[in-house]
Amino acid sequence: MAALRSQPLVAPDPPAELARPPLILNRRGTAWISGKVSGIAEGRAPRWWWAAFLPSAGLTALCFAMIAYLVSTGIGVWGLDCTVGWAWDITNFVFWIGIGHAGTLISAILFLLRQPWRTSISRAAEAMTLFAVICAAIFPVIHLGRPWDCWWLFPIPNANAIWPQFRSPLTWDVFAISTYFVVSLMFWYVGMIPDLATLRDRARTRARKLVYGLLAMGWTGSIRHWRHYEKACLLLAGLSTPLVLSVHSIVSFDFAASLLPGWHTTIFPPYFVAGAIFSGMAMVLTLLIPIRTLCGLEDVITVLHIDRMGKVLLAAGSMVGYAYAIEWFTARYSGSPHEIFAWENRAFGPYAWAYWTMLACNAISPQLLWLRRVRRSMAAVFLLSIAVNVGMWLERFVIIVTSLHRDFLPSSWSYFRPTLVDIGTLAGSLGLFLTLFLLFIRFLPMIAMAEIKGAAARSGARAHGDPDPPGGLSG
Amino acid sequence: MPGVFPKWTNQLPLNIAAGLAIAGAAVAAGLGYYFTPKYTRVGYQPIQPVPYSHATHVEQLGMDCRYCHAGVERSWFAGLPDASRCMNCHHQVLAGDPRLAPVRDSMQTGAPVAWIQIHRTPDYVYFHHAAHIRRGVSCLHCHGRVDQFEEVRHDQPLSMSFCLECHRRPEAYLRPLDQVYNLGWNTDPARQNEQGRLLALTGDMRPPLSCSGCHR
Repeated sequence: MAALRSQPLVAPDPPAELARPPLILNRRGTAWISGKVSGIAEGRAPRWWWAAFLPSAGLTALCFAMIAYLVSTGIGVWGLDCTVGWAWDITNFVFWIGIGHAGTLISAILFLLRQPWRTSISRAAEAMTLFAVICAAIFPVIHLGRPWDCWWLFPIPNANAIWPQFRSPLTWDVFAISTYFVVSLMFWYVGMIPDLATLRDRARTRARKLVYGLLAMGWTGSIRHWRHYEKACLLLAGLSTPLVLSVHSIVSFDFAASLLPGWHTTIFPPYFVAGAIFSGMAMVLTLLIPIRTLCGLEDVITVLHIDRMGKVLLAAGSMVGYAYAIEWFTARYSGSPHEIFAWENRAFGPYAWAYWTMLACNAISPQLLWLRRVRRSMAAVFLLSIAVNVGMWLERFVIIVTSLHRDFLPSSWSYFRPTLVDIGTLAGSLGLFLTLFLLFIRFLPMIAMAEIKGAAARSGARAHGDPDPPGGLSG
Repeated sequence: MPGVFPKWTNQLPLNIAAGLAIAGAAVAAGLGYYFTPKYTRVGYQPIQPVPYSHATHVEQLGMDCRYCHAGVERSWFAGLPDASRCMNCHHQVLAGDPRLAPVRDSMQTGAPVAWIQIHRTPDYVYFHHAAHIRRGVSCLHCHGRVDQFEEVRHDQPLSMSFCLECHRRPEAYLRPLDQVYNLGWNTDPARQNEQGRLLALTGDMRPPLSCSGCHR
């Protein structure tokens, strides 16, 4: 026994070629992480934050002004007509709800798949999900025409003794999206509790102590708390995983369950889910690439993270490209003149410009990500992510408007032109999204500190003697 | 982090949750009771220009509903009697009664008596009296025991759920056509469904349940 004890029980280091690349650079330790991430939510806001926040807040005001004008005047202020009854409103809805898929994918599916690199980006992606769902939820309500009756969407007992049409995917949508929002909110909030406690413990003013203390719900970091926390996260991840697939499938049923050529396709659910993950991942990149530089988080959101998100983008983009090809194939193979017409009208009709721009942005441009050099160039990935955002908005526009604008009666064919209110509402929803995200960065821990400390330990973090960096967003 | 939250605040979340649950239940119950037609409409009994008593005319004198509401079998509107119809009797009965002054005025000037409407269907609802009366829906079902009213009041909620209750289950309400105006007619409740189903079948009655049945 004595002889055995004298042997130290240490596993040998793996050979260099098997070592995992570090997820946190420069051997940053726990103190640095707490100081850096909390510092972003403390102190005075830097100039760039105000420069981003003020225009976003202005656009948010525009959004509410446009909605007020719409509600007080009527749906006619949009460019809709009898033929094109859905246009930018539903395009924006599907666009935003799609963007909302990245957060859950990163935090739930990558969590269950034990991908530790997700920890650096999960919090921001989850927050982005929530804000995107909020933006998305506006559009179905305001497109009702009588938005004050929107409570009819929910099965609430009423003096009319009527219920929503449970056979309609539009009703399933209400449940899918509200469930998704609630589960995402819980996941986001529960995951944030230890970090809120860090902010509470660092708080200097009484107001901050009160607010973060309330939000941290008495977290002390005891083993019991951690056990419950881990269990809750696992359960919520299990709950959210099917939602990643179900929510956008149900959104696609809004179209697929109709009888309109161009919409009535069985490929829609997987096609929509792939597109949602694609657009969500692109939006995460669009937001995080500038933020990692502005907040000085290059050691936490490393080039490796951007590289891996680039790979997800490439995979999802290729699936979307495949779906475009299958749409064409199905239309030809069906032999149905209406299906063939719907596809040809999409590709070569009056909206050909939208179709080919979409194809270039979504199916062709991500193929550049096969190149390691492109994946590791922040500027290139940022530009690609913008292209994908534009392309995915156009995809929804193409699906909705090109299928509607030439119906079965040529005398009612029309061409949708957006009004200033259409444009203002879209720009305003973007402003609302950015405003919420900037507020999140400013007041909440935007990186899952507690979780990346685990990744830091595996990346050879220095344990002691690493002083806190100066606080503040510019760091 | 001592000092910010005193110990009693530990109890607070539970209290808040319980308070919210109670408040939510109270709001739901309050809305359900006070904001539905059962409360907002039933019991409305305005003072009419002439204190007309259905009880006197129908219960005591045995007049038929259709003598005054002559359109009820032909029209969407049951119809109100004009002054000349009243004066058929009242030029002799109670000829000088001050309560009938507005009727006599109306007779002379031609301006109708300013009755206050009690049962008002919204303009987005298409309701046809004849369509219901001629299929065995009695006055009773929407207007209550109007034959016994001293003064007319809103007796039933006439909400959409009220309409749908019968549209979904007409056999519970239909009667033989000769009993439609006999408000006191009592059927054996055990037999009502069976008899009503037979009536619905023989009359080929399929009350519309689609939106456009009533909201045209």
